[in-house]
Amino acid sequence: MSNYLDRLEAEAIHVLRETAGQFERPALLFSGGKDSICLVHLALKAFRPGKFPFPLVHIDTGHNFPEAIQFRDRLAEQLGEQLIVRHVEDTLKRRGIPDAKGKFPSRNPLQTHTLLETIEEFRFDACIGGARRDEEKARAKERFFSVRDEFGQWDPKLQRPELWNIYNGKIHPGENVRVFPISNWTELDVWNYILRENIELPSIYFTHERTCVLTEHEQLMATNVFISLDEHDTIVNRLVRYRTVGDMTCTAAVESKANSVEDIIEELKNTTVSERGATRMDDRISEAAMEDRKKGGYF
Amino acid sequence: MELLRFFTAGNVDDGKSTLIGRLLLDSGSISTDIIETVTRQSKVTGENTTIDLALLTDGLRAEREQGITIDVAYKYFSTDRRKFIIADTPGHAQYTRNMFTGASTADLAIILVDARNGITEQTRRHTIISAVLGIPHIVVCINKMDLVNYSEACYEAIKADFSKVTAALDLNQVTFIPTAALSGENVVHSSKQMPWHTGKSLLSFLENVSVQPAQLHDKARFQVQYVIRPQTEKLHDYRGYAGTLWSGKLQVGDEVQVLPGAFFTRIQTIEHNLKMTESADAGQPVVMQLEDDIDISRGAWIVPGSELPEVSDTVQGTICWMDNTPFRTGAMKLLLQQGSLNTKASIKEISYKIDIETFEKSPSDDALKLNELASVCIRTAEPLVVDSYKENRNTGAFILINEYTNQTVAAGVLERNLQA
Ligand SMILES: Nc1nc2c(ncn2[C@@H]2O[C@H](COP(=O)(O)OP(=O)(O)O)[C@@H](O)[C@H]2O)c(=O)[nH]1
Repeated sequence: MSNYLDRLEAEAIHVLRETAGQFERPALLFSGGKDSICLVHLALKAFRPGKFPFPLVHIDTGHNFPEAIQFRDRLAEQLGEQLIVRHVEDTLKRRGIPDAKGKFPSRNPLQTHTLLETIEEFRFDACIGGARRDEEKARAKERFFSVRDEFGQWDPKLQRPELWNIYNGKIHPGENVRVFPISNWTELDVWNYILRENIELPSIYFTHERTCVLTEHEQLMATNVFISLDEHDTIVNRLVRYRTVGDMTCTAAVESKANSVEDIIEELKNTTVSERGATRMDDRISEAAMEDRKKGGYF
Repeated sequence: MELLRFFTAGNVDDGKSTLIGRLLLDSGSISTDIIETVTRQSKVTGENTTIDLALLTDGLRAEREQGITIDVAYKYFSTDRRKFIIADTPGHAQYTRNMFTGASTADLAIILVDARNGITEQTRRHTIISAVLGIPHIVVCINKMDLVNYSEACYEAIKADFSKVTAALDLNQVTFIPTAALSGENVVHSSKQMPWHTGKSLLSFLENVSVQPAQLHDKARFQVQYVIRPQTEKLHDYRGYAGTLWSGKLQVGDEVQVLPGAFFTRIQTIEHNLKMTESADAGQPVVMQLEDDIDISRGAWIVPGSELPEVSDTVQGTICWMDNTPFRTGAMKLLLQQGSLNTKASIKEISYKIDIETFEKSPSDDALKLNELASVCIRTAEPLVVDSYKENRNTGAFILINEYTNQTVAAGVLERNLQA
């Protein structure tokens, strides 16, 4: 078996089954994006004809694209799997945490609070996520099994060595593990896999017309109720698609006519901008932005 | 398209990060926004080159500040021919464990040598690690050739030296390439400065070398990871054993034995890719049902009755100690994990230590320090399936876990069965 997608798939399935075998209360963090949709597809291959040994958990920022939310609900229903949704809004209210401010009020950093609360509420000991090492430099050293302390923190200097196909998921009470089965996949691998497996995706990944604000960094942000517009803004109508599905407040669209998975793969092969660089406003702020957020308990 | 996994090893400053940066940059694998960021940082750190290639790989802030790689960083690129996964490992002796980690999953090792310095203690260490971990291919890049006037004589001398080092080692295929990573000679493009080198450039070699995911014998080895029991009306009695077939081939109807234990049964069904199939091949994740209803739990092995391995609770292995706290015989409660099996274990005896720079055996003082290599005798609570690592890289490896701290404290490869 030397085909690269077969090897990546086998590795991911192995990691999912190790998670099911080693932990008592795992959960799959489902964002509605392509990476977590691939995880669900891999979980089918890992556990059918049985049910998933974990619920799908979505941390809803309240700023999600409606297309992604509809897709999430339909998928969970079609598969007959349990879906748990927790809202950032509720956390902010309950704990009196000030909401995100500014022109593009990103709740991205705030969702960490809700995630940690949800882990505590259900006493999850392993949270499966779709992060990939190619996404950005701090993630390049992340393990498949990444231990977090009671405060959800990640210490990049104290990671366990991870060898061969052997994953050490032993933890102390209160600790939990983040599991990243598709660590070794790149954005292009994900798309090639989606093509090969014929995996259905939310419509916003494909070209559509949208009214957008042109930001100072020349990024296209869909106009929506969460963004405060003023008379200086340049509003444009463009054919766009999304490369990642995050919040409407911090995920930029890219101009594209790509109408199919094949088109998208062609487009990516010719692109010169990385996935996060193209679409995430928050990572541009600082080179170490992701590393800092991860230490604090971010996905 | 095939996948090749390799790791890079070299002394600090031999040019490892530059070499990887070169591979990524010249093969067109770096996005322009990342090049811009790195160019910005290059100026901040006061490099006079326009772009500091090493910054493409040195990920964590602590490392950027210290200017060295301290943990394994994984990098990805692909060409039209292949997808590559690079484990970029630190070179310092104090990070031997990180190199072990990066090397454990590699099909190929790139060992860097500074042409001005030739073979050093570190080169020997990296080569010994590659030998212990059975890396199928080794590429020695003799780098910074520009600083020795692209001298063929210098290159040949280092080659000869290297062969002396490896004489005692059980090494697989070794290939030498003279490079100048900074300017890119023989990295992606063949060098005009070194017409005497008739071999391939590094990238061309990586694209063409035969891919061997791992060294495996062809005996079938399947370990149960998880038992699928839907317990629905339709699948009331369904009991599927989920796991990966690590080597060999299994077919519906094969007579198999469940290990440890003496139970024989037959394979009733095999599912792969959500479909029933007649057989499974090495590397595939599958679900199997057996004809007899027996209680099999996670960590058990299902193997053909005709290809039985040794099964033993006393094994000999070569281990690398990876914890800051040294090991003393009898003083630490340990767990041994072999794939999905986790069992209590104890190191009965440190038979001898292996000098990681000379490969010489020396008597043990009953203690193992961080990064030390030793041959040990281990007793386990539950018996293990014993395939020697030389014969099967997928099943012949294990880790040791400290039962109190839960840390992975050692990585090991099985040698042979003592009772055999
Ligand atoms: N002249 C020359 N310098 C090189 C070459 N490769 C790397 N260097 C320089 O050697 C230094 C160390 O390189 P780096 O890649 O950081 O080494 P690492 O510590 O092995 O990752 C840097 O200043 C590089 O620019 C080469 O082929 N020729």
